[in-house]
Amino acid sequence: MTASNQVVKDVAAQEYKYGFVTDVESEVAPPGLSEETVRFISAKKNEPEWMLEGRLKAYKYFTTLVDKEQVPDWAHLRYSPINFQDIIYYSAPKQKVSLENLDQVDPEILKTYERLGIPLQEQKRLAGVAVDAVFDSVSIATTFQAELAKKGIIFCSMSEAVQNHPELVKKYLGSVVPYTDNFFAALNAAVFSDGSFCYIPKGVRCPMELTTYFRINTEGSGQFERTLIIAEESSYVSYLEGCSAPMRDENQLHAAVVELITEENAEIKYSTIQNWYPGDEQGKGGIYNFVTKRGKCAGKNSKISWTQVETGSAITWKYPSVILQGDNSIGEFYSVALTKGYQQADTGTKMTHIGKNTRSTIIAKGISAGHANNTYRGLVRVNPKAVNSWNFTQCDSLLLGDQCGAHTTPYVEVKNNSSHLEHEAFTSKVSEAQIFYCNQRGISTEEAHSVIINGFCKEVFKQLPLEFAVEATRLLEMNLEGTVG
Amino acid sequence: MTQIGVKPEESYLNISEHLESTASLNDSVHFKGLRNKARKCFQELGFPVERRGNEEWKYTDVSPIAKIPFEMPDLRHQQFVRGIVSTPVGFGKSHWNKLVFVDGQYEEKLSVVKDLPDNVLVKDFNKASKGDYDLIGKHLGNYADFHGNAFNALNTSFLDNGAFISIPNEVVINDPIEIIFMTTGLEQDTFIQPRILVLVGDNSKVAIVESYVGIEDTRYFNNSVTELVVGNGANLEYYKIQTQSRKSFHITNTEIIVGKDSTFSSMNIDLGGKLVRNNLNLLTNAEGSYSVLNGLYLVNGTQHVDNQVIIDHAKPHTTSRELYKGILDGKSKSVFHGSIIVREGAYKVNANQVDKNLLLSDKAEAYTKPAFWVYCDDVLCGHGAACGQMDENALFYLRSRGIDELSARSLLTLAFVSEVIDSIGNEHLREQINDMVHSRLEDWLGIFS
Amino acid sequence: MDKVKNGKSMLNITDLHASIGGTEILKGLNLTVNPGEVHAIMGPNGSGKSTLAYLLSGHPSYEATSGEMLFDGQDLVNMLPEDRARLGLFLCFQHPTEVPGVRMDHFMRAGLNSVLRSKSLDEMDVLKFDKFLNSKVDIVEMDRNLVKRSVNEGFSGGEKKRNEILQMAIFDPKLSILDEPDSGLDVDALRIVANGINQLRSEEKSIILVTHYQRILNYVVPDKVHILINGRIVKSGGKELALEIETNGYDNIEQSLANDQHSG
Repeated sequence: MTASNQVVKDVAAQEYKYGFVTDVESEVAPPGLSEETVRFISAKKNEPEWMLEGRLKAYKYFTTLVDKEQVPDWAHLRYSPINFQDIIYYSAPKQKVSLENLDQVDPEILKTYERLGIPLQEQKRLAGVAVDAVFDSVSIATTFQAELAKKGIIFCSMSEAVQNHPELVKKYLGSVVPYTDNFFAALNAAVFSDGSFCYIPKGVRCPMELTTYFRINTEGSGQFERTLIIAEESSYVSYLEGCSAPMRDENQLHAAVVELITEENAEIKYSTIQNWYPGDEQGKGGIYNFVTKRGKCAGKNSKISWTQVETGSAITWKYPSVILQGDNSIGEFYSVALTKGYQQADTGTKMTHIGKNTRSTIIAKGISAGHANNTYRGLVRVNPKAVNSWNFTQCDSLLLGDQCGAHTTPYVEVKNNSSHLEHEAFTSKVSEAQIFYCNQRGISTEEAHSVIINGFCKEVFKQLPLEFAVEATRLLEMNLEGTVG
Repeated sequence: MTQIGVKPEESYLNISEHLESTASLNDSVHFKGLRNKARKCFQELGFPVERRGNEEWKYTDVSPIAKIPFEMPDLRHQQFVRGIVSTPVGFGKSHWNKLVFVDGQYEEKLSVVKDLPDNVLVKDFNKASKGDYDLIGKHLGNYADFHGNAFNALNTSFLDNGAFISIPNEVVINDPIEIIFMTTGLEQDTFIQPRILVLVGDNSKVAIVESYVGIEDTRYFNNSVTELVVGNGANLEYYKIQTQSRKSFHITNTEIIVGKDSTFSSMNIDLGGKLVRNNLNLLTNAEGSYSVLNGLYLVNGTQHVDNQVIIDHAKPHTTSRELYKGILDGKSKSVFHGSIIVREGAYKVNANQVDKNLLLSDKAEAYTKPAFWVYCDDVLCGHGAACGQMDENALFYLRSRGIDELSARSLLTLAFVSEVIDSIGNEHLREQINDMVHSRLEDWLGIFS
Repeated sequence: MDKVKNGKSMLNITDLHASIGGTEILKGLNLTVNPGEVHAIMGPNGSGKSTLAYLLSGHPSYEATSGEMLFDGQDLVNMLPEDRARLGLFLCFQHPTEVPGVRMDHFMRAGLNSVLRSKSLDEMDVLKFDKFLNSKVDIVEMDRNLVKRSVNEGFSGGEKKRNEILQMAIFDPKLSILDEPDSGLDVDALRIVANGINQLRSEEKSIILVTHYQRILNYVVPDKVHILINGRIVKSGGKELALEIETNGYDNIEQSLANDQHSG
């Protein structure tokens, strides 16, 4: 299968297409983490006292973890220790931006988003999609705000939310992911700079997809955004985030926290296309992506669904999870993780069944090529009172090439007998028989790989909103294919 | 002998060192060397009681073992024991060859060693000739590495007598050979450290039964180490059947190394014990081996059974099949942690593992972690796990055909375990195990009551 | 020795030797197939029938060690399987492969378009292809919903076989190699598959039908029948040869061959 081997080589050698740097003047905090840094960020954001207090508490907790050397080491990842004093914790384009008028945004930044395929200008906006664009540490622009406001929907940057909706932020921020949750969550709670905030009032079905696009630009900077989405009783929202970063030799840290809350009968659909810079062919550079994402189905009959397509980052460490607290609530996790070159991904989910009749579905597809290592790590926990709960888990791996690894470590914990859990997993390569069958119908080996891999990911892609499903397929193909489109 | 305020590890070390200094243990140079190293290792490791970050013991807390000051069985009691135990109490037929150990001591009168082909060795270590010791020395401790394994190190610190079975090349032995460890626990809180070495030569075939039995309602701590070496083209059927006291602690470490084109099957049955942990590690060290690792556990009350099975596919064209099933009642807990490793270059590995638990009570808990670590692309690996109660639809279907609920439940429960029982190769053992499982389930399900 | 219509044969195999994993399976096979002809290749299990089918379509596990395979005048040895398909060579698989997650109709369109592209013809868009597909499904009396499912996944044995014949209709190949299209079919399914094949017969197209049993030849009447034993065609004839096999079995042929060799 020499043709097939060529494809595998091509896959492993695919280049990153979003690696350019935007030349824009930025206000940058000196590298290093101290109480001063935390105070600096808070002051820059003109935050109220209670926010600063919260940050300092998190900072103190984080330093105790550093002192005790409690950096999480259980994941199947290999990387040199992160020096938290080398990182720039705040970087913002200098120019002040008035949100009403995009003409005032530095044209370089607008150009950046154009190149990324995320138009912010009115006339070119994606039809029916509201976008919040986050550039390094700050939110640049949020589109369609006025239209959303008519329905009572709040969609803005986290900084704005702190200023304009302090009561909501106070009530929910840290309610799903407290700063004590884990090492990176503590760091984020101390230094997060911006992110998206979204509030859907009772009974409202958000009329359009909400999107945040995250971009790391400044050299040496970390990105620590914080996203909070609240869906009140009987509301619905579909939310999507995208990410990219320039190509640099150093590793850059991204440590975000996302919290979702659904009240009775509410639903949040959260989709991610993660395409941070993965590092070069030799595994130099790339983003360290340490992310804590968790949703709480607080109300009865509520639903949270995570869909992720992970193709970027040198290291991915994320486990979008759902706490199924309300009776009859539903949690879903659909994931495609593609690792090539020297990328490493340790990703999966945690479904915690607390309420009665709660249901969860996990479909995870890992694809490994080159020298990459791809691990699915998942936990399904059914508490004693979560009677009649149900879970189905399927985690499959596909290996392309003989230098890569695919690993599966699911944990199943069942503490009552009326619940039913099923777990299936399969690891294999693209079979010679499948390739030959395609060949015999005139499809080249390269195309056949693409067809088969897309088929492998289909269950996940069909969960994405249509525009993004197309985007995800394109992204995967771009990452996988040599030349033929 | 145990002093108040002495750490549990120290107490074991003191006993072991005392035995060493009084020259009460096997005086082979190889044994002595292993004991000295193991003692040091156990001292450094201590019992794995740490809860934080202790992945290997995540769901099983061995601090009850560490807290109880277990003692060596008193040899004077042996006289008494000999008086009351007059027949072997294992699971095999009476004429099968068997080595019987009671409270850690080899009992020649209860054992059967006869009609064996030439050069087949079935004996306790103490009866080994100088030539046998050369063979034992070459293998013992070679596979069961006590570094990083506290229980193995503890066992090796007391390395003295044990069971030794060696089958030369090209020999087929028809009847299984049984090794019985009976623990009476007639004294308070005793420990035993069983040790087994089985060597199966190239193209030979044998079945080995490792039986753990005891007297109900006594408390003791069993900590065994078994090493099995399966030669090229050889076939080893290995059974481990445990029906010890429901107050006992039972830890086993089984290390298997399988040769080229060999066939290995294991059947691990746990019915007794308060806290049971079985470490089963299989290394496929040559191409073409086929291994089947099955297990069955029936637990109720506060029993806790933990099976850790690691299959290391180090070589190409190796196949493994794993099927573990458990029925849990009362407040019992089960843990299954199966790891399948496929090394770089181990292409055409075909591995499958399944763990299924049937929970009869709403207080029972099942923890399952079926993991893969795959470093080679040309493989076929699958795993499945399922937990839950009886299929209500199936139950209803049976009842709609006129079968009463109790009978329907027992029928479905038996059907659940039959897949494992049916896989038992030896007919006599299959019947024995089938009867034990049936009678236990009948008790639980209240049939005939 | 065969008459060549229009001066050119569809397939010309000369002294073909082939092996799989170092074991020689075909040991000097000769075969000429002309346009419009249906050839049945019969033989006992292990005689090399499927090897021939795979070898002609370019399966990477099969290696032609010597000899010649000319398809439409072009040398097949060393040609990629997709290029053979694009030239109009179609293999109807004995065990069609499952491709999870890939829809049958999408798959067929991708294949057909790559064939069209190679001929610099216009590709078919979804609407045009759907129409085209709809016009063909009746040939094998196939459920229209089946083409919306993943390639061969969860298809019954009969559905898989019918699906292969449907693809034969879609691709409209010059030469079709049908590898045991009758295996695992009940009498109804056999009739449907055979009908499909008959509808696709024409003056320009050729078919090689590989089969163990004579059964399907009652429906698809061959022009020539060849008996393949131990990697060689040992006997050729008309359709009556198939009936002879049905009555006397392969053993008889092998026996008489052995006798012939002794007397000759």
